[in-house]
Amino acid sequence: MPDLLFELFSEEIPARMQRQASEDLKRLVTNALVEAGVTYEGAQAYATPRRLALHVVGLPARQPDTREERKGPRVGSPDGAIQGFLKSAGLTSLDQAKIESDPKKGEFYVAVIEKPGRPVLDLLAEILPATIRAFPWPKSMRWGAASTSSASLRWVRPLRAIVATFGAETEEPETVPFAVDGIAAGNITYGHRFMAPDSIRVKRFEDYVAKLEAAKVVLDPARRKEIIRQDARNLAFAQGLEVVEDEGLLDEVAGLVEWPVVLMGRFEEAFLDVPGEVIRATIRANQKCFVLRGPDGRLASRFLLVSNIEAKDGGATIIAGNERVIRARLSDAKFFWETDKKVWREDTGFARLERFRNVTFHEKLGSQWDRIERIRALAKELCAVTKADPEKVDLAARICKLDLQTEVVGEFPEVQGLMGRIYAGLAGLDPSVAAACEEHYKPVGPGDSVPKDPVSVTVALADKLDTLVGFWAIDEKPTGSKDPYALRRAALGVIRLLVENGVDFHLYESLCLPLARLAYQRRDHSDLFKMLAAEVGVPQSLKVGLLLPEAGEVVILDLVEFIFDRLKVLLRDQQLRHDALDAVRLSGEDWDNPNRLTIMSKTLGRFLETEDGKSLLAGFKRAANILRAEEKKDGEGAFEAAADPALCREPSEKALLEALSKAGEAAGIALDKADFEAAMRAMAALRGPVDAFFEAVLVNAEDPAIRRNRLALLATLRRVTRQVADFSRIAG
Amino acid sequence: MTALTHGPEALRPDRSFQGLILTLQRFWAEKGCVILQPYDMEVGAGTFHPATTLRALGPRPWNAAYVQPSRRPKDGRYGENPNRFQHYYQFQVILKPSPPNLQELYLESLYAIGIDPALHDLRFVEDDWESPTLGAWGLGWECWCDGMEVSQFTYFQQVAGQECAPVAGELTYGLERLAMYLQGVDNGFELNFNGLEGEAKVTYGDVFRQAEEEYSRHNFEYANTEKLFRNFAEAEAECRALLAAGEPGEGQRHRQVLPAYDQCIKASHAFNLLDARGVISVTERQSYILRVRELAKACGAAWVKTEAGGAA
Repeated sequence: MPDLLFELFSEEIPARMQRQASEDLKRLVTNALVEAGVTYEGAQAYATPRRLALHVVGLPARQPDTREERKGPRVGSPDGAIQGFLKSAGLTSLDQAKIESDPKKGEFYVAVIEKPGRPVLDLLAEILPATIRAFPWPKSMRWGAASTSSASLRWVRPLRAIVATFGAETEEPETVPFAVDGIAAGNITYGHRFMAPDSIRVKRFEDYVAKLEAAKVVLDPARRKEIIRQDARNLAFAQGLEVVEDEGLLDEVAGLVEWPVVLMGRFEEAFLDVPGEVIRATIRANQKCFVLRGPDGRLASRFLLVSNIEAKDGGATIIAGNERVIRARLSDAKFFWETDKKVWREDTGFARLERFRNVTFHEKLGSQWDRIERIRALAKELCAVTKADPEKVDLAARICKLDLQTEVVGEFPEVQGLMGRIYAGLAGLDPSVAAACEEHYKPVGPGDSVPKDPVSVTVALADKLDTLVGFWAIDEKPTGSKDPYALRRAALGVIRLLVENGVDFHLYESLCLPLARLAYQRRDHSDLFKMLAAEVGVPQSLKVGLLLPEAGEVVILDLVEFIFDRLKVLLRDQQLRHDALDAVRLSGEDWDNPNRLTIMSKTLGRFLETEDGKSLLAGFKRAANILRAEEKKDGEGAFEAAADPALCREPSEKALLEALSKAGEAAGIALDKADFEAAMRAMAALRGPVDAFFEAVLVNAEDPAIRRNRLALLATLRRVTRQVADFSRIAG
Repeated sequence: MTALTHGPEALRPDRSFQGLILTLQRFWAEKGCVILQPYDMEVGAGTFHPATTLRALGPRPWNAAYVQPSRRPKDGRYGENPNRFQHYYQFQVILKPSPPNLQELYLESLYAIGIDPALHDLRFVEDDWESPTLGAWGLGWECWCDGMEVSQFTYFQQVAGQECAPVAGELTYGLERLAMYLQGVDNGFELNFNGLEGEAKVTYGDVFRQAEEEYSRHNFEYANTEKLFRNFAEAEAECRALLAAGEPGEGQRHRQVLPAYDQCIKASHAFNLLDARGVISVTERQSYILRVRELAKACGAAWVKTEAGGAA
């Protein structure tokens, strides 16, 4: 069966776009084939800096024939309808239509449209140019003389040549006949830009790959990656070193070369004074080189570069050139590092914080200075729950953003936080304060660790809560896939900080104050803030427990729900049943306490996995269903009176009444002690009596007093369990 | 003056700064470019020269090359940094429409200045170019030689707010950096300027170090900010006034674009100095950039109503 070889040869394609582009190429062409009813056995796409290639295997030579029956008007319909039918079906007279009948419609015309399949070569001659014209590059451009017209082809960079051959293994493949903007598809491609620039005539994928390889082009990006990975490891190993692996960088450099040649260079030991992360950031961001470490784990004064040619001097010139650039870059980095250190040494009173007054955090939320002041105030209050040292917390909150002013972070934003920690450490600040400069950003993702030091925890919470409250107040919430301020991440961070550190914290209450403070600080900048500030007054007099006017309350309640949505997602990701969270959230004053609710829902989740749990849940559901039905007759709340022991005829009724009273008491005591396990054990003790009750007793007894008493028992069961969880929220 | 009798050896591109410039000029002249001289105003980059900004617009073919002294007041380092100067040279090539072999022509120019592709690792690394002040953007690359960026290669898509039709190709060589590489020196001030040795040798530092020191003081400490704010406002007003005065009547062409564009350049430089002086806050910064862009766009719109801009 014939194969398709399709190559788009262009000027250098950005490395970061190559993978997506090869996937898009495969998707667009194969979808169009399938759309046309053409199946294929397999397809694989490849990319290098200068080409996208697609190999589709096992295509038929012809598209299958199709036969379509189209229903027409009734026999004897007006001429207009008949003519319209003939036209749309492509018939010239009614003789070409057949007549069918059905009992409802009577006799009507049917046109049989048979389409012979077209040669796939012809289909490709339409599909391939359409794919090129509609290619979804993230950014595309026009070029050359043709760009006088706005209809000229747009491509990621100028497209130079097209290969498109189609044919079976046994025969000479044909060129797919098409052209795009004057570039005719053919069977000519080109080798490596410098080592083998001549044209190459290709037939099929197999000889294409082999001829490219001979012309110093490795087509498959995965192979280029492996070559780089292996050669890098071997070079490092020979020097007793280890590559600092960097998958992102590896992907990028594999997209920058067609013929990878790994070379090792060195730099002066003296640069190793600069923190390793800064050296790595410098060498990675600017030079796209790998760094190495020695057996002691420290950075070595070597780097690995990936060149695109086998140089005739073995790479000596290339290494020397790269070393020169890296030396200049590291000189800059060292200069930044020394400058920063001097500032931190000299300005011990942090007078430079004043500069944050002129740095906008967000147009509607004020300057970075405003924000730091808010974080400080909030962090101070949080110390009560996190049990952190308020003095250390205040210093940490003041300086946690200070590294944004450093030269190193200005140059390499990715080391923000880390540099704060390093500089604060060098300035002799308390280690907890220094650590908080880095850790208050954490956790930055689901896989990131959560700080444990109470100072870090406090500042991290304050930072995230301020962010959330602020963006909620100005109505910049995440929508769909858009979350430009990473608010989902911040909410998840808040939850993990609280839960993983076991901090009990009431979200609603604790968010009112920051909102009031923000409103007061920014009262001239929005109507909501103006109104809130006018109603709640000056911040000094604000106290926990503050009541917000409704407009503020709406903001906070919405935010609390958003945070709990994140908690639900988190529990689901941990394979825990998330309906347990709804069940425990309804029962009690901890409705806005993420830590307590997480413990409770996990305990409940575990309980529901046990036989006792499953059975009790079934009993509860049964009780709730009966109650619901009977309450419809007798009215809401009809059975809430205490059950009368005297009316308990059966032993199982008495036993249930006793068990309920015991369980209720035990659960109450356990909950007061926040011992949710014990509360759950108390519930578990109900399983037997509930089962026995349903086994032995008909709830709707003939005697109305007995019936009412039995229903009262079930209502008690509902009340008692609800102390711990609302089982009606549990699915199944 | 005996030293000045030295032969062509001194003008090899790897021996002297001026030799590099002369080689590039000759190369591009042979490719059909008009070799222009620097624009006689303070600009931040070669792109600001009207031979690029304005000539890139409109349908007429245009091939030019020139050296442009460029000023970036903030990059001043008082002559203490070997790589960073507030005044430096760019070699600029503009080809409209972009020829189909522009990459090959560019590489040939590197071979002409002595870069052997069998020894060096030459690479085109993604770099999308944008000039917020000029209302311009394009796609292209940083061109790397052994890990060092030696040029900027851009297919202009839009300049001064106008779509480029046809697209022009722009090449910008950072001359100091390229010369340092060719001459094998790590300090820009040690570049051999005239290719001579001994007493006759003139270095880049001999020519520019004092200027770097003085202008750094000027840019960061002495420049009169009140005057500069005034200059900015005046240039802005003048630019608009000239554009209005030259506005064409029915069936006529615009008559005051180039002088108006000069005022746009002046405003841009005043802004750069104010920025270096640190008297423009972050929020204000954006609005100044926007104001310069509006001038550039107005000039671009007027340019296409001139003869060189292709107006009928």
